[in-house]
Amino acid sequence: MLGLDFSFINLDVLQKFVWGGLAFSVQLTIVSTLGGIFFGTLLALMRLSGKAALMAPATFYVNGMRSVPLVMVILWFYLLIPFLIGKPIGAEVSAIITFVAFEAAYFSEIMRAGIQSIPRGQVFAGQALGMTYAQNMRLIILPQAFRNMLPVLLTQTIILFQDTSLVYAIGAYDLLKGFTNAGKIYGRPEEAYLTAAVVYFVICFALSWGVKRLQAKIAIVR
Amino acid sequence: MTWDWQVFLQDDGSGRTYLEWMLEAWRWTLAVAGTSWLVAMVVGALVGTLRTLPDRPALVRLANAWVELFRNIPLLVQIFLWYFVVPKIIPAFQQVPGFVLVVFGLGFFTSARIAEQFRAGIQALPRGQRYAALAMGFTTWQSYRYVILPMAFRIILPPLTSESMNLLKNSSVAFAVSIAELTMFAMQAQEETSRGIEIYLAVTALYALSAFAVNRVFAFIEKKMRIPGFIVAGTGGGH
Repeated sequence: MLGLDFSFINLDVLQKFVWGGLAFSVQLTIVSTLGGIFFGTLLALMRLSGKAALMAPATFYVNGMRSVPLVMVILWFYLLIPFLIGKPIGAEVSAIITFVAFEAAYFSEIMRAGIQSIPRGQVFAGQALGMTYAQNMRLIILPQAFRNMLPVLLTQTIILFQDTSLVYAIGAYDLLKGFTNAGKIYGRPEEAYLTAAVVYFVICFALSWGVKRLQAKIAIVR
Repeated sequence: MTWDWQVFLQDDGSGRTYLEWMLEAWRWTLAVAGTSWLVAMVVGALVGTLRTLPDRPALVRLANAWVELFRNIPLLVQIFLWYFVVPKIIPAFQQVPGFVLVVFGLGFFTSARIAEQFRAGIQALPRGQRYAALAMGFTTWQSYRYVILPMAFRIILPPLTSESMNLLKNSSVAFAVSIAELTMFAMQAQEETSRGIEIYLAVTALYALSAFAVNRVFAFIEKKMRIPGFIVAGTGGGH
């Protein structure tokens, strides 16, 4: 078909080249989603704190990260981390640190919107019960904000999964790199790219279908 | 460490300074982003509108498939597909320059996102708008041309702004197929001069500056196109 030959792709090749790459892409996605949400929530709380000393640096960080292309951020960290710690660092470790730092900025915007979507009465109710700021946030506000924003957070995770392919810039071994290498060795780069596209498509399509289902479910609860 | 900004005045080995090279790379970034933006807007508006057509299920499905296809594959993979795979299976594309192939990749990728905004904008309009147009005796084409699209376009200007800024940032992915744009410059100049921090700072500043310019242009358009008493940004919701 069209001069393409996919016959080199078998279980052996997948195991040898692709499996490790897929594992890293998934690991990178999960770690940076969890890390990004954790630090993103902290950033959001800083921005909503009303204290200039906390708001200014958080705002600067979030806006800064969001105005630079991800590829440049990946290159920046790969250049700066060895410079700061004084020894070279692997592309994979650098990628994980970069993605946590980068995604924190995006997740913080989502969490900020989520926190702001909670009626003020909830805050007052917590205070009326004698809760401290930390208790109020942890027990009342954040669980609701998180729940309201769950579809958006998951959508961001799908985008994040797609963006992990950009570690290409520093040569980390991810899903795309696995297919690229297999394609090179078997002299079939076009077929390898096409297969990679299909794999990414299936994963992302299934995930976004799941998010749509979830959204429908949450909509009924409200 | 010490700064060494004079690196930009050094010769890069081909008779131009790194500064000149960087400005040329900036022009490439703007050219890739600008051309892709045109593709993305035209295709995105068309596909997004098709998705809302009444009584045309086949067209709606086709447009939905377009969005799902281009939204669920990473941009880098799509650019590889256009650059390496399309010329192989369609020989006519072998004569097409790499710049154009990247524009297809970036443009169609972004068109899916813009189509999504157009669909959302059109569906956000009160149903009465459509019925009013029909009651006036407008054809479907006329009701879209004179009633629905002008309204929807104004509603979605804010998300269009951020999609356009995203497009500009995403143009950095073109480095992967050796387009001589800013990120490509950053990687090569960093390697040649070992003054990575100065080079990256300058490139980052140019990206931020370009994104800010896009933001201002859209803010201007938004202000110019505002209909008094109709849709005013920033006046949503009570409490």
